[in-house]
Amino acid sequence: MASCPECEGTVVLTEPPQASEIVECSECMAELEVVTAEPLTLAPAPEVEEDWGE
Amino acid sequence: MTAVRVAVFASRVRADEKRIMEALGRHGLRYEHVDTRAYWSFAGEPRPPWSIVLNREIAHTRAVYAARMLEALGGTVVNSAAATETCGDKWRTSLALRAAGLPTPRTALGLTPDAALAALEAIGYPAVVKPLVGSWGRLVTRVQDGHMAATVMEYLDVLPAPQSRIVYVQELVDKPGRDIRVIVVGGEAVGATYRHGDQWRTNVARGAESRPCPLTADLAGLAVRAAAAVGADVAGVDLVESGDGELFVLEVNHGVEFSGFQRAVGDRVDVAGRIAGHVAALAERAAAATDAPDAGDAAPAAWAGA
Repeated sequence: MASCPECEGTVVLTEPPQASEIVECSECMAELEVVTAEPLTLAPAPEVEEDWGE
Repeated sequence: MTAVRVAVFASRVRADEKRIMEALGRHGLRYEHVDTRAYWSFAGEPRPPWSIVLNREIAHTRAVYAARMLEALGGTVVNSAAATETCGDKWRTSLALRAAGLPTPRTALGLTPDAALAALEAIGYPAVVKPLVGSWGRLVTRVQDGHMAATVMEYLDVLPAPQSRIVYVQELVDKPGRDIRVIVVGGEAVGATYRHGDQWRTNVARGAESRPCPLTADLAGLAVRAAAAVGADVAGVDLVESGDGELFVLEVNHGVEFSGFQRAVGDRVDVAGRIAGHVAALAERAAAATDAPDAGDAAPAAWAGA
């Protein structure tokens, strides 16, 4: 459980998180990045860049 | 046997990366996730601790440099830097496909927007303008006629990046509301899906829906040859059917995303498992070379460029 850096809502994850994983805040739907898994810290996910893709 | 260490390079761990890492674990491989945003190395420094690196970096520029850095140290990177560079550049992909004699739509490169306009006149309308680098169908533009093309070129002409003004143009293949994705791993086609969409761009990232597609010998053969043409061990090959059923290779993706594909094919294909299996095979080869009596204290084969 951690606080959403966007809306300060409580983010609860159903599976063990992993660093660099992208999760979603169920309150504000913001995309968040798991910065550290233990303790769980979250940051707004990076914006999509021009050269991202497959 | 020597334990071979594997790294998964990725700045963004999506469901696909999690599935791959779980599958690596099931293969008994010791792996670690390396966040590319924190990775650096000196030029010419001793080899890093991983025998095999699976490059799942989402940012193309960073993926290419990561692969180049690791290969400079003598490593095996999947996909290779050369394959990543080729797949990430649509023009280089087109050249590789043509050189391999594979069917691909008529394509031209204009070295200025004005030159591209002339190329479009030669190709005929409707046609497609694509950014050289980019994915998910982003900025891919269907131009209906010369008026529209001239306006698109005006926009391109004022973009700040010099590469944006090198313009890739292609004939439009009148596809039946879908294209085909074939995933190739280690020289073998593992499955295929149709990608249906309401828009003319049928990228899953743009909302297209993946549905099962029979993996015919024609599809499999073409996809395997396309992956080989760009040198990709792991590839998502995009094909399109023309109105008369002819198949064309559109592009080859080096960092294949497969969540939609996996949902469509269900249990019949385990994409992450196949990728992990390929990495495991490479790791076994590296370990065997390290354990060979004459290997001494030399680098594992993977790092010796074997």
